[in-house]
This record gives sequence, C-alpha cells and structure tokens, in this order.
Amino acid sequence: MDGAFVTNQNKILTCDLAPASLSMEGASVFYHDRAALEQITFCVPAGSSVAVIGPNGAGKSTLFKALVGLLPLHSGSITIHGLPLGHHKDCVAYVPQREEVDWRFPVSVFDVVMMGRYGQLGWFRRPGKKDRSAAMDCLEKLGIADLATHPIGSLSGGQQQRVFLARALAQEPHIILMDEPFTGIDASTQETTLSLFEDLSKQQVTLLTSTHDLNLAAKSFDQILLLNRRLIAFGPAREALSAATIAEAFGGQVLFLDGAMVVDKAAHKTPIHGK
Amino acid sequence: MDWLLSPLAYEFMQRAMAASLMVGILCALVGCYVVLRSMAFLGDAMAHAILPGVAVAYLLKANLMVGALVSAIGVALGIGLLSRQGTLKEDTAIGILFAAALSLGIALISTTKTYARDLTHILFGNVLGVSTGDLWLTACVGLAVLLVVALLYKEFLVVSFDPILAATLRLPAELLRTLMLIIIALTIVVSMQTVGVGLVASMLVTPAATAFLIARRLPAMMVVSAGIGAISAIVGLYLSFYINIASGAAVVLVATSIFMIVFLFAPGRGVLWRQLRKARAA
Repeated sequence: MDGAFVTNQNKILTCDLAPASLSMEGASVFYHDRAALEQITFCVPAGSSVAVIGPNGAGKSTLFKALVGLLPLHSGSITIHGLPLGHHKDCVAYVPQREEVDWRFPVSVFDVVMMGRYGQLGWFRRPGKKDRSAAMDCLEKLGIADLATHPIGSLSGGQQQRVFLARALAQEPHIILMDEPFTGIDASTQETTLSLFEDLSKQQVTLLTSTHDLNLAAKSFDQILLLNRRLIAFGPAREALSAATIAEAFGGQVLFLDGAMVVDKAAHKTPIHGK
Repeated sequence: MDWLLSPLAYEFMQRAMAASLMVGILCALVGCYVVLRSMAFLGDAMAHAILPGVAVAYLLKANLMVGALVSAIGVALGIGLLSRQGTLKEDTAIGILFAAALSLGIALISTTKTYARDLTHILFGNVLGVSTGDLWLTACVGLAVLLVVALLYKEFLVVSFDPILAATLRLPAELLRTLMLIIIALTIVVSMQTVGVGLVASMLVTPAATAFLIARRLPAMMVVSAGIGAISAIVGLYLSFYINIASGAAVVLVATSIFMIVFLFAPGRGVLWRQLRKARAA
C-alpha cells in the first residue's frame, strides 16, 4: 500500500480536490455490546478498486455503513484525503443492496438518478437544465436512458442495479461503495458494470465492492480485502488470497477438494483453484 | 341544483365547508409522507396524544386549538426522542405513550359535568361549530405546512426514500424527521374541529393510500391525494347535512369508499386488474 496519500491542512468542504485515498485506522463498530467490526486498519490508494470479501455476517455492509458515516465508530478513525469523515460533503457515493430499496416508492428512474445531484444543489434549490442533462448523461452511460420515465418498481434486477449505479455517477464522487452489486443480475449488466469500473479507475475514482464471487474478485479488482469481523488480509489477490487466509475468513464454510477450494454458500458454489 | 346550494345558505355551513375543504386537502397532502414512511400508527398515536393538552385548555376555558398545539409539538419531540434511544422498538414506545396520553386526557375531561358531550366533540369533531377564528388559524397553518413541503421537497424525498443517501449527502436526518413530525402534529391539530382526534388518522392515511395505488410519481400522488381529500370533504359534508349523520364520520366513510373502489378497479395495481392478468396468463 504505497498509494499517494493526499494530505491537506485546510478544511475541505467539497470534493474539488485531487482523488481521494481512503483509510481506516483501528476502527471498531459495535451493535449494542457485540463487536461487528474489530480494529480494522487499511489504506486504499486513490483510484484503486477493492473487492471486499467475507462470509455472511462478516461485517461487509457494516463496513460500508461506517464509511458513509451512518454507523458511529466505537473507536479508531476513518480519513478521506487525510481528513476525518464529515469534512467532505459528497465525496462518497453508496450503491445499496437491492433488498434495501423500497421498490414500491412512487419515483421514476430519472427521479432516482436526479437525487444524485442533490448534494451539488444544496438546500432549497431546484434542479436546473444542467442537472437534468447531467442525470441524462449518467443514464446513457449505463444504457438505460429509454427507461427514464419508468417507475422503479417495473424494472428487472439488472436494470435496478444500473439505476443506482447511474445515481452514484451523478453524485460525481471520488469514492464509490457498492454492496453486492453482482448478486442476481444478468451477464450483460455485470459486463456493463465491470467496464464502468475500468472507466472509473482511469478517472482515479476509488471503488469498494463487496462480492461473494472470489474468481471475479481475483480477476477484476486491484486489491482484495478479506474480512470476518477482523481484517484477515488486504492486498493484491495473489498475496491476499491463500488457502490459509480463505480458510480463516470462511471457517467451516470452505471445503478442499483435490487441490481446489470450494466456498460453500447456500445460494451458489464458487470454486477457486489452488495455487 | 337547489339541493347543492341550499345548505350553503346557512353561515355555519359555509364555515364548515371551508374548514372541511382545507383540512381534507392538508391531511391528504401530509398523509403522502405518512403512507410512504409507514407512519400510520404514529399519526394515530399523535392524534390521541394531544388529548391531555386539549383537556387542560378546556378546563382552563382557553382556546382548545392552542392547547392542542402545545401538546402536539411536545408529543412530536417526545416521539423523536423516544425512538432515538433504541432501547424499545418504536411502535412499542408509541403504543405506551399513546394509551397513557389518551387516558390522561379522558381522566381530565371526566372531571366536568358535560363529560360525554365534550368528549364526543373532541374525539369525533364538530365541524358545525367552527368559528371564523378557527378558519383563519387553519388557513395559516395550512399555508405554513404547504410552504415547508414545497421548500424541503428534495430533502423530504431523500430521507423518505433512501436514508443512506441522506447520510452520504450529510442531510440532518434527525432534524428533518422531527420537522416532519411537527408538520403532522400541526395538521392533526387543525383537523381536530372537523374530524376529531379519533378519525384524523383516517384522513391522513386513506386519501394518500388511494393515491399511492394510482400515481407513479410523488408530485402526482400528492395532487391525486389532495383531490380525493377535497372530494371526500365536500361529499361527506352534504351527506351529513341531508341524512343527518356525524360530519367527521361521513367524510371518513366517503374517503374509504373511494379507496375501496380504487383498490378493486385501479388499472395496474387494482385487485380486479391483477385477477384478469392472472386469468389471461393461465
């Protein structure tokens, strides 16, 4: 982890600055008196893509919610651009898990993407022509411009995913957090998403994505963050993913078969070939 | 035509019509947030919880609406505080608070001789007794609520639809939620005279729920809901005049009838429509 660490003594209120590096230091999060995350320390260099991997209940969603400031830290700190969380207005965009969204809510696809512009708009101001065209651009980038006026309840799984990705783009963030974007979507949406990731990396946008798919994580992401309440490994796939670290993260859920490793998930099985 | 105009010859009916219309529209508009944020139970609880304030004002011979206003704001802040603690589930906390406040209100009113009649007016409204002062207060509160809803449209939309986005945008979610509770409380207070604290929850929920079945976007839902609220108010008041039934109950029953019709026959989401689609698919 030798990414350029941007430090700045001045207060940063918006994200007009250089790309953001993101770091957590000794961060713990508690639900009541049970630790959901313990002593997490890592630093993501600007513009790199990180796959967050761990079994169910490992604290992946908790990690993301702490990173957007939705859950308070019990101890430790989070810094973006070297400054604590809260100094930045719309640096971080979050793409929710699809089950977290109320799909019956009376909003259109365009309405949802427009919400991404609200941060730039600020209080009381209504979206103008510039915001509308920015929102349309984001819809076009994800190939769903023709769905703009549709109610969100009428979309397929892949289209739902694209709507929230488009909204994240509309926020013009420096960091995008995505909770399980590859679960239950079609192949073409997965492809669109991955090629979007490449574009974003080129623009120095930092990506954190949780996923169950170890192969995809190893193939398409710069770094792997292996999590099971504690940080088990962090680094490029070939360093972070070993039989030992995976066994430590997944515990009883992992099986070794003829030199191949199988993570036993209720929904699907993901083989990983041993080294 | 005569049967439409003749009731309006009475001055008390003119005031009743104006009050019902304003309250019908206001409740229906604010009700959209109540329905979308699943706060129906909370709205009902708040309506009952203002009873002690009304009772105290009544005993002191002060203006009932002022008493209601003070206790409603207190309750709105109280519920916000209770649910923030997180030791009890929100609906449990509300359930306790709501029954206790209702009991306190009834206990206070039961010390008077005209107990039964007074309680009936407070619980179920007495739209025929609306004064000109009440009308002005209703109009002012209504305009203030409209202004807040218009100014904070974006912010209320985000905290209702996606609290996590609200957090990443650094919106003060707690403050906005409390403000929303205060708006609901104010709406309940001005509705007290027309439909009463016992029935106001229905005026908050039913027109908005009906609009939810028809409209695809929030602005449309608000307009449809307000329209249904207004129609319910007018038709309900005429019904109450001609067949001599309690006005609050009549307004609520009209709103409920509209809901049932839409629930059964609405294109797309109605029961009948779904059955037809199922039959066609089979």
